[in-house]
Amino acid sequence: MSRTVYIIGIGAISAQTEESIFLEKPIIYNSNIFQAISPNFKEYIPAMALRRMSQVIKMGLTAGKMALQDANVELPDAIITGTGEGCKQDTEKFLESMLSQQEELLTPTSFIQSTHNTVGGQIALNLKCSGYNVTYSQESASLESALIDSVLLLNEKPSLNSVLVGGVDEVSNRITSFGYLNGFLKEEEIENLSLFSKKSEGTITSEGAFFFNLTTENIKDSYAQLKGVTNFKAESSIEISEKITEFLLKNSLRSQDLDIVFLGKNGDLEQDKVYDELQNTIFSETCQLAYKHLSGDFKTVTGFAIWLSCLIFKKQQIPAILKLNAIYGANPKNILLYNLSSNTNHSLILLQKP
Amino acid sequence: MNSGVAITGMGIISALGNGVEANFNALIKAQDGICFPEMLKTKHTSLPVGEVKTLNLDFENKLQLADNRSYTRAALLGIIAAKEAIKSSGLNAKELLTTGFISGSSVGGMDATEKYYLEYESSDAHHQFIPAQHPGFTTNKISEHLNIKGFTTTISTACSSGANAIMLGARLIKAGELDRVIVGGTDCLTKFTLNGFNSLKILSEEKCKAFDDSRNGLNLGEGAAYLVLEAENLAKDKRIIGRVLGYGNANDAYHQTAASETGEGAYKAMKDALEVAGIGAENIDYINAHGTATRNNDLSETNAIKQLFTSVIPDLSSTKAFTGHTLAAAGALEAVFSILSLQNNLIFPNLNFSKPMKESGLLPITELQNKTVNYVLSNSFGFGGNCTSLIFSKNE
Repeated sequence: MSRTVYIIGIGAISAQTEESIFLEKPIIYNSNIFQAISPNFKEYIPAMALRRMSQVIKMGLTAGKMALQDANVELPDAIITGTGEGCKQDTEKFLESMLSQQEELLTPTSFIQSTHNTVGGQIALNLKCSGYNVTYSQESASLESALIDSVLLLNEKPSLNSVLVGGVDEVSNRITSFGYLNGFLKEEEIENLSLFSKKSEGTITSEGAFFFNLTTENIKDSYAQLKGVTNFKAESSIEISEKITEFLLKNSLRSQDLDIVFLGKNGDLEQDKVYDELQNTIFSETCQLAYKHLSGDFKTVTGFAIWLSCLIFKKQQIPAILKLNAIYGANPKNILLYNLSSNTNHSLILLQKP
Repeated sequence: MNSGVAITGMGIISALGNGVEANFNALIKAQDGICFPEMLKTKHTSLPVGEVKTLNLDFENKLQLADNRSYTRAALLGIIAAKEAIKSSGLNAKELLTTGFISGSSVGGMDATEKYYLEYESSDAHHQFIPAQHPGFTTNKISEHLNIKGFTTTISTACSSGANAIMLGARLIKAGELDRVIVGGTDCLTKFTLNGFNSLKILSEEKCKAFDDSRNGLNLGEGAAYLVLEAENLAKDKRIIGRVLGYGNANDAYHQTAASETGEGAYKAMKDALEVAGIGAENIDYINAHGTATRNNDLSETNAIKQLFTSVIPDLSSTKAFTGHTLAAAGALEAVFSILSLQNNLIFPNLNFSKPMKESGLLPITELQNKTVNYVLSNSFGFGGNCTSLIFSKNE
């Protein structure tokens, strides 16, 4: 990839706020499922339209518009979205009506809004953006897939200069709670900040939307350079280390060049062993950060870590609440995000201070 | 004109049958695969569908899958079609380890969700299907079963998903990011989609009549199809069955489900596809239209086509009356039909047509037609204003 890609606008909605993290006042939750903190949606979406929208649409559209406003872009050339689980609230609504009414007398609204590309379509509709518009739904690699496509698009069409890319996932009543049944969520309710001290299986979950405005021009206020994104499959910790080293090398870096590594640890006893191994080997000399104790774990949550990385670059401040070890990443320049969704699917995102 | 991306294999399963040959035979005999649902357990037994008449259990036995391994129906259909594509391209197990896999799916494993949703809380018998609702799960099941280990992702843009998957694969090869990738889509019939489209009142109680003045809705279908795309250095010694020459995606930005009357998004997608292909509109020999047979789509698509093909409208047909509308798989199924059209110099008929739309007078091809076909344009449009056009060419 030849053109350099910069993040020039960010918009995020999650269970935390910029203040709660950077002023070290994290918001505490006592349930394993918690919701995002809603901004005033009315500032971004007409009240009439808002009434029909599920949380995922409200969050996605608002975060998308926040990112555009932040970048001072009115109309992007393309909109690329990632969502692991799509429009669960509307899916649930239509499904439950269909099952309880035995396929009779159904109204179409929730069906219409249940397709995975509803958010991407609604952003296009709101902005009257007729450009390229694609939605990825590849479990925990959904946002990463969207980022890969964004970089590809900016490289193949020099005429394109602005891509709005983001990830979004919502909590729904029933479908999210199924996580208690299949081991995704911890059986016992915990306080989110104790995520890494409970030695048990499962994790905690929430929701959020994270949008970024990408361009190829390094304007003076850009947050970060998006150096590389990859999804890969690997089974052993040696194989994982090799893939990480290979990815860094492709971007002309060695592991010791990293100032910060953002780890997707989620408190699951088994899964976190993979991270522990990396923390003690290739990342042992690097400032290690975690975030899922603040955001919860969900399919597009790496967007939360990208958003935090952008703010860390801008503020040149690393909140203590994120830190996993005592190494201080002074004047951070290179940040690597590593996340795994199952023991075989992994993703890497490399960000650099412009 | 560019040289496009080489297609070295294809596979398909639809209501027309299992495999490229069975589908081709049905197309040339003008035998549709539309009848009432038998595999899908629904109350709406009088709504015609394009159903694959094989039970999941029979697929599982045929594929020798161990019991209880959480294969959704879309995964089973996908495995069958992808296997045929792999075989026809002659890929071996080692090559698959570095091959990418990009699949389109709209409802993923909704068939399992709607079956077990109400029992999850009281019984753990089918908990393996809890994550199956989301499209990525089905994609991963297919790639795991076939041991495809390269870059893997899922596109979920409703009815244009499969076409978008083909486009992404072609782009990644052109950019040198991948040298081999299997692309396409899969969707099965579900009560969820059947009732959803029924609640929108866009399902026909008859066999669908695309582009007909009296058209009154679509028939849903199910199926899967995949193509193998390869970079020139890998494809040069192989049999190249066609090329992905152009592609375009645009958003209609008009309404969540309805297309604009002028077909703004469709026009832009087709125009972009021609531009990428580097050919003029007059070069298109055949348009495999989206043509769902809804009042809204067919008029909008016609208007977009008329706006782009100003002098002569190429021969055109919709093959939805053969297979039903297979949602995310539609673009992939129709890619296979487009390649068959190029290979055999045939244009497949638009079934059930009798009277042109009074707004446009557009006349689709209604009988199998033999003529030189060098370039085929295939349209796929979906909810969310998503419009995709692909251009396929012979390998010349």
